[in-house]
Amino acid sequence: MKLEAKTPPGPLAEKWKRHQGSIKLVSPNNKRRYEVIVVGTGLAGASAAASLSELGYRVKAFCFHDSARRAHSIAAQGGINAAKNYQNDGDSVYRLFHDTIKGGDFRAREANVHRLAEVSVRIIDQCVAQGVPFAREYGGLLANRSFGGAQVSRTFYARGQTGQQLLLGAYSALCKQVGSGAVQLFPNTEMLDLVLIDGQAKGIITRNINTGAVERHAADAVILATGGYGNVFNLSTYARGSNATAIWRAYRRGAGFANPCFTQIHPTCIPVRGDYQSKLTLMSESLRNDGRCWVPKKQADHRPPGQIPEDERDYYLERMYPAYGNLAPRDIASRAAKRVCDEGRGVGTSGLGVYLDFSDSINRLGLKTIKERYANLFDIYHEITGEDAYQAPMRIFPAVHYTMGGLWVDYNLMSNVPGLFVLGEANFSDHGANRLGASALMQGLADGYFVIPYTIGDYLASVKPGTTPKTDAAAFTTAEKETQERVQRLLSIRGKRNVSYFHKQLGKILWDGCGMARNQAGLEKALQAIPELRAEFWKDVNVLGESLSMNQSLEVAHRVADFLELGEVMCMDALTRTESCGCHFREESQEAGECKRDDERFAHAAVWEFKGDGQKPERHTESLNYEFTTLATRSYK
Amino acid sequence: MKPLQLLLQSSIGKKVIMGATGAALVLFVIGHLVGNLQIFLPKEKINAYAHLLHSSAGVLWAVRLGLVAIVGLHVWAAISLTAQNKAARPVNYVEGTRPYAASWASRYMFHTGLVIAAFVVYHLLHYTAQLPVANLLPSTHPAKDFNQLLVTTGAQSGYRDVHAMLIAGFQQPIVSLFYLIAIGLLCLHLSHGMTAMFQSLGVQEGVWRTRLEKGAQVLAIALFAGYASIPIAVYLRIVQ
Amino acid sequence: MKVNLRVWRQRGPDSPGEFKNYEAADLNPNMSFLEMLDVVNDRLASRGEEPIAFAHDCREGICGTCCLNINGKPHGPGRAIATCQTYMRSFRDGDTITIEPFRAKPFPILKDLVVDRSAFDRIMQSGGYVSVRTGAAPDGNSIPISKEIADRAMDAAQCIGCGACVAACKNASAMLFVSAKVSQLSLLPQGRPERHRRVLSMVAKMDEEGFGNCTVTGSCAAVCPKEVSLDFITRMNRDYLAALMHEAVGRAAGKEGGAG
Repeated sequence: MKLEAKTPPGPLAEKWKRHQGSIKLVSPNNKRRYEVIVVGTGLAGASAAASLSELGYRVKAFCFHDSARRAHSIAAQGGINAAKNYQNDGDSVYRLFHDTIKGGDFRAREANVHRLAEVSVRIIDQCVAQGVPFAREYGGLLANRSFGGAQVSRTFYARGQTGQQLLLGAYSALCKQVGSGAVQLFPNTEMLDLVLIDGQAKGIITRNINTGAVERHAADAVILATGGYGNVFNLSTYARGSNATAIWRAYRRGAGFANPCFTQIHPTCIPVRGDYQSKLTLMSESLRNDGRCWVPKKQADHRPPGQIPEDERDYYLERMYPAYGNLAPRDIASRAAKRVCDEGRGVGTSGLGVYLDFSDSINRLGLKTIKERYANLFDIYHEITGEDAYQAPMRIFPAVHYTMGGLWVDYNLMSNVPGLFVLGEANFSDHGANRLGASALMQGLADGYFVIPYTIGDYLASVKPGTTPKTDAAAFTTAEKETQERVQRLLSIRGKRNVSYFHKQLGKILWDGCGMARNQAGLEKALQAIPELRAEFWKDVNVLGESLSMNQSLEVAHRVADFLELGEVMCMDALTRTESCGCHFREESQEAGECKRDDERFAHAAVWEFKGDGQKPERHTESLNYEFTTLATRSYK
Repeated sequence: MKPLQLLLQSSIGKKVIMGATGAALVLFVIGHLVGNLQIFLPKEKINAYAHLLHSSAGVLWAVRLGLVAIVGLHVWAAISLTAQNKAARPVNYVEGTRPYAASWASRYMFHTGLVIAAFVVYHLLHYTAQLPVANLLPSTHPAKDFNQLLVTTGAQSGYRDVHAMLIAGFQQPIVSLFYLIAIGLLCLHLSHGMTAMFQSLGVQEGVWRTRLEKGAQVLAIALFAGYASIPIAVYLRIVQ
Repeated sequence: MKVNLRVWRQRGPDSPGEFKNYEAADLNPNMSFLEMLDVVNDRLASRGEEPIAFAHDCREGICGTCCLNINGKPHGPGRAIATCQTYMRSFRDGDTITIEPFRAKPFPILKDLVVDRSAFDRIMQSGGYVSVRTGAAPDGNSIPISKEIADRAMDAAQCIGCGACVAACKNASAMLFVSAKVSQLSLLPQGRPERHRRVLSMVAKMDEEGFGNCTVTGSCAAVCPKEVSLDFITRMNRDYLAALMHEAVGRAAGKEGGAG
């Protein structure tokens, strides 16, 4: 597997500009002769599909949702970072770049991250122009708030619905292009395979969720913007439909999968309540601006929070990380919560929870201000738990939230398969081993609005215009046949166990073995359990219904089947990386409970190559060179 | 499309027509009441007023035709909108559409409208056309029908005695009852209709939503009280 | 706890549907309504019956996918919630719960409780956007927008496109949905240049899709998970009239109208 990062030469701040000036372009009247497939209509997919079609490319956009507006980008509550420095607090492109690199624990590519920080500024402008109703100050200018992992206030927000509003902005841009006929939109359509012709990505095989029809779509390039794979854990803050099938099928067709073990655990979620639970709900990290995390100092202290006096409370984040306090980055805050719970000081009936207390802020700022900032979050909390967080502190616990790992891409966001581009959470590129809050929205939109429109030209310029393959090419026939066979296979097992059983089991194996803290024994145990579970799945799964109609069990079965493979590679990756970095915490590699990196051996991205069913995938590396930053121990103390 | 075409064909356009014609009809209903309330004055006043209204056939017919046109548009818009509304939900929920936050008046505008239309037809036959068969005078009444009720003295001598007609008309209990029911429904219709009109014409927003809603209700109640006072006064023999 | 479900089952878009009764026992009152359906579906599948199809995704009240009519009310008994935010503690042990799909001609049933709401997307495609090309935007602070206007626009923008307004309206009207988008964009200076053509074309599309008309019953706003206000309908009516005037004046002056 060839992993050429294609990072442009030159000083860090000049790289992107120079690259834009030197990469190949497609002339305007040739653009309409290229067909581009975009899978996924979240922030990255919708913005890419709209922007590419504005340039003149013929675009086909696919999503499994019933509408392009529903991708899980909508669920991001807190905000989007941009180095605007509107607050005059010393922010700059370099500082955003540096915070992101450091936040990612030095496991991301410098040039990509710097580009992200550079274009962040234009994203805000673009969204404002689309009519995104960002919060404003009384003077009419854009408001900012601060967020975990940063010491400046650079986060733009739209109440607690930033993701929703940004996605609706991108969706509206997409609607404009669909309305004018420039984009062909395929909702209710999920991608089940990638089609390669002569080693280049030339199309996809899809299944229409409403009718069950399996279809072929050809193009000159394929863009995957299908989000992360956190649902491999079953319980997560992801939407139930979020899945890895598109990127996993691409992996099986030869795309390298980078750093699969880098999965982020978000510190502020509502704790698990029962085994019937289908989903964990995130409380925006912005709550940590005004909420203080604490647990009782004594173990198994079951008094109600109000009856625990101040001096018997441990504000553990403020104690352990005085510089950042409650705004410590996500991985750090999550592990700290896990640590105090492991010490037996967790709260709630399960003992797996910590308090997030607003009483000080309410006293300082008044109930009205707190309501203005967080009313919707307090409402959500009330709805789910039946408790009033204005009166008593919230109970929170970490939950799987984001995956930094994903398909490997070069500086142009192209995978090692020519013609296959990967954007947003689906790729591995910008967040290293840990993502900072409010950076996912930034990356999704940066990739879609401001990177891919330029970089796709570099590839397409080498493809002869008008040579889009026909869907009756042999590769399409084979891929469709394989997909049909898989559908039939799933439907014909008619075993005793439902898909949900396997998903829950897999989630439990991974949470125990490859969750917030990992060790060799646990990972080896998981690596033994997963193949067994997978074998059981293919022998005993029960998928009812038929192929040629809406069949929700079948949809989920496809996804869980892929998770059963992905989970194994995740554990292999975690086992091989014997260092701790960012969210990947190997218990064997720590210093007083903090991550201990091993830059000598692991300053690289680990990229896994599919070698066939039943074969161990091969691990490749892309070494990460830090030319402009010093590899430092991340300290938030 | 041309603006006029849009006004006549789009859902909002039709609602605007509905609201604007409704507003004109509300003004008519108010004016009509003011005229009728003269029944409480010496009988010469209302007869003089009736005489005045009939003094120019040209103006009278222009107003009448205008009213017919307005009512026509109102009814056309109602039928057209209702038909579309029915078509928009061919299969209803098992227990019908539940009236979340919807007032009774708002849900039955078409039905109240139908009763009002029937009443208006009768009312016109009764007092405007004065069709003997519609007069329904009680058998005890000295006159056989309205044709025999003429003013005998003063400036209106020889003209129809409107004062006597009103009293005679409402002496028949069944007529008064129908009148009261229809006026009640009319006022319910108006209480919501005026609110909807303010909405359709784009003025009912923010604090004005409550103010206009309340205002519409107050006006509707006032209109009901005003109109109802006449047959009640006749029944209680306050006017004779 | 235990409840009795009365669920609309329909095999496909063209099949006739009917209510089926299911007993759902051993439930936890802290389950969400959809988790209860998951449990019921698992039990159905285990005894070889095809699970009940229902739409859902984020399960945190923001994606707008879930769309059940529970005991006659879109999204269930609570106020300002989506179906996924309805919890079993809102019901009593032993209750019979009727679950129906949203019903409206423009929302045809696809299977069981899943309906096709693509009409909303088509309305959006007819004009629910600001025509700005990627990269052409001026600095975000170049046009100050008062906090009141920005907040008001945000109130409108909160709509999640779930269709509960249509489902609750006795006329299956989509006015609340359309007016939310029209108002958001006509409030903001960025959306004002296109406001006339936008409202004309979105309303035309809304009518074409077969939605009913607004008779101001207020049911839509009462069931809206994001509490989008009826005031936006007023605003849209005003915008629509203004657009008609603009058209009429434009025509009278011999200029090309703005409806495009």
